Amino acid sequence: MEIAHQHATKRRIGERVISIGLACCGGLSILTTIGIVAVLIVETVAFFRHVPMWRFLTDTQWTPLFANKHFGIAPLVAGTMLTSTIAIAVAMPLGLLTAIYLSEFAKEGVRQAVKPLLEILAGVPTVVYGYFALLFVTPLLQRLIPQLAGFNALSPGIVMGLMIIPMVASLSEDAMYAVPQGLREAAYALGSSKLQVSLRVVVPAAFSGIAASLLLAISRAIGETMIVAIAAGQQPRFTLNPFVPVETMTAYIVQVSLGDTPTGTLEYNTIFAVGMTLFLSTLLLNLFSLWLRERFREQYA
Amino acid sequence: MKRMTQVIMGAVVVSITQAAWAASLITADGSSTVYPITEAVAEEFQKQHRDVRVTVGISGTGGGFKKFCASETDLSNASRPIKPSEVELCGKNGITYIELPVAFDGLAVMVNPSNTWATNMTVKELRTLWEPAAQGTITRWSQIRPDWPDKEIHLFGPGVDSGTYDYFTEAVVGRGGASRGDYTSSEDDNVLVQGVATDPLALGFFGVAYYEANKDRLQLVAIDDENPANGNGPILPTYEHVAQGTYQPLARPIFIYVNRKSAERAEIQAFVGFYLTQGRPLVKEVGYISLPDKAYELALARFEQRRGGSVFGGTGAQVGVKIETLLAQH
Repeated sequence: MEIAHQHATKRRIGERVISIGLACCGGLSILTTIGIVAVLIVETVAFFRHVPMWRFLTDTQWTPLFANKHFGIAPLVAGTMLTSTIAIAVAMPLGLLTAIYLSEFAKEGVRQAVKPLLEILAGVPTVVYGYFALLFVTPLLQRLIPQLAGFNALSPGIVMGLMIIPMVASLSEDAMYAVPQGLREAAYALGSSKLQVSLRVVVPAAFSGIAASLLLAISRAIGETMIVAIAAGQQPRFTLNPFVPVETMTAYIVQVSLGDTPTGTLEYNTIFAVGMTLFLSTLLLNLFSLWLRERFREQYA
Repeated sequence: MKRMTQVIMGAVVVSITQAAWAASLITADGSSTVYPITEAVAEEFQKQHRDVRVTVGISGTGGGFKKFCASETDLSNASRPIKPSEVELCGKNGITYIELPVAFDGLAVMVNPSNTWATNMTVKELRTLWEPAAQGTITRWSQIRPDWPDKEIHLFGPGVDSGTYDYFTEAVVGRGGASRGDYTSSEDDNVLVQGVATDPLALGFFGVAYYEANKDRLQLVAIDDENPANGNGPILPTYEHVAQGTYQPLARPIFIYVNRKSAERAEIQAFVGFYLTQGRPLVKEVGYISLPDKAYELALARFEQRRGGSVFGGTGAQVGVKIETLLAQH
C-alpha cells in the first residue's frame, strides 16, 4: 500500500514536470514571435519619425544608401510581386496537376513512392536553388530570349516556382485525399468519368484546402530570400519587366545586413520598415488563407 | 574513473592544440579589390609556414576598417587611404596602425563583349552617367552619346562600403560617396563580373584584376580625361598606362593596414615581411601593377620601424596619386 502510494506521487510529480516543460517549449516560440514583432515595431516607428508614411508609399524610387535619398517601397514591392507571380504561375498548374494525379489516378504504390520524393525537392537548401537559377536556368533562358539580362526576375521566379511545387502538391493532395469516398462513388453511380469526378467533384470539395495551400505557397514565395538575392540582381527598379535586374524586399534586407551599416542610423532602420512591410503582407495572406479554410470548408461527418 | 581521466586528458590536449592554433591565426578583411593579392600571398605564405593560418575576408574597405578598428582583425585590405571617421573610430578604441602601399590598380570600366558601341568614354560622360542627378533620368545609352543605341543601360558597381566606390565617386563625380542609387550594387566583385558578363546592355566598374581574371567575358572601355598632360585621347588600363600614370584619373594605390599591436607578433612580422618581398611577383600575377622595388623597401622600412599613421593625412580617397608621388610621400 505504502509503496503503491509512493509510486503514484512520483508519477504525479513526473507528469507535472513534463507538462511544465512542454508549456515552456510552447511559450518560447510565442515569446520569440512577440519579441520579433516588438523589435519590428520599435525600429519601424523610428524610421517613420524621419520619413513620412506617404513618401514611403508613393515614391517610386528606393535609394536610401546613396547621396540622392528616396524612400519609396514601390520598387521593392514590384520586384517581390514580379518574382512571386512568376513562381505561382509555375507552381499552381504543376502542383495542382501533380496533386490530382497523385490523389485520383496514381496507384497506391506510386503514390507512396512519389510523395516522399517530391518532399525531397522541398528539402534542397535554397542557396542551391539560387545558384541553379543563376548558373543553369538563366543561361538556358538566354538562348531562347536574347535580351534577357544575366540578373533578372524570370529565372529565379521559375526556380522558386519549382521549389514550391511540393508544397502546393502535398497540401492539395492531402485535401483531395481527405474527400470521402462516398462522394466519388455517388458521382460514378451517376455515370461520371474519372476525369469528371476528379475535376467536378473532388477539386470543388477540397477547394478550401487547395486555396489555403496556394496562399501558403504565395507567402513562401514572398518571403523567399536566397534565390532572389543570388539570381535576381540587387537593383530596386520600379518595373514589371521580367527580363531586367530587380530587387525584392528580402534581397534588400540581405544586402544591407551584409554591409556595415551602423546600428541606429536611418539606413539601418530602413531594413525594419521593409521587414515590417514583408511581415504584414505574409501575415495578411496567412490570415486570409485561414479564413478561406474556415469559410469554405465542406463538412462531411 | 579511468574513463573519466581519459576524457579529461583528451579535453586538455584538444584545448592546448586549439590555443596553439589560435595563437598563429592571422585575420585579414576589407576591400575586395585588394583581396586577390592578400589571398595569393596568404596561400604562398601558408605553404612555407604550415603552422600559421591566414583568413582573408571580403567586406569592403569601409566594412574592413570597421572590424579593424574594433580590434577584430590584424590586417585590413584597403583600396583607398583611411578616412577621418575611421581614424576617429580607431583612435577611440586605442588602435594604431601602419599603412603599407602594396600595388597600383587601374579602376576598369567594363561592358559586355557583345557591346559594339562603347569602346571609349570621357570622364565627363562617366560623370553624366553616375552623378546623383542621373538617378532615374539617365537610363538609356543614347542619352550619353546620341549615336549610341536607344536601349536601356544596366549599371553595375561596388556598394557604398567599398573603397572602389569611394575612389570612383571622388575621381569621376568629384565628391566621395556621391552617386546615383539605381544600379546593381555589391561588395563582391564576382557578382559584378557575373552581371556584366551576362547582360548585353551592362556597364560596370571595378578593379582591373577582376578584368584580368575574366578577360574573355568582359570588354574594357578606354577612358579619356581630356587632359593632354596625362596622354592624348582614350586610354586603356593596361600595365604600362597605369604604371606610367597616364591612365588618369582612375589609377590609384591600394594598401594593407596593419594593427600595430598585432605587429608585435612574430607570425604577423613574418607575413608582412613575406608580403612586401616574396609577395611582389604575385601582385602582377593576380592582375595589378606592382610598385617599384624602392617603394616596397620603403614600406618594409616603415613597417620595421612601426611608423604609424597615414601619409595621406587620414582624409580618405585622393585622386591623381601617381607612383612617384607615392614614393615622395614616404
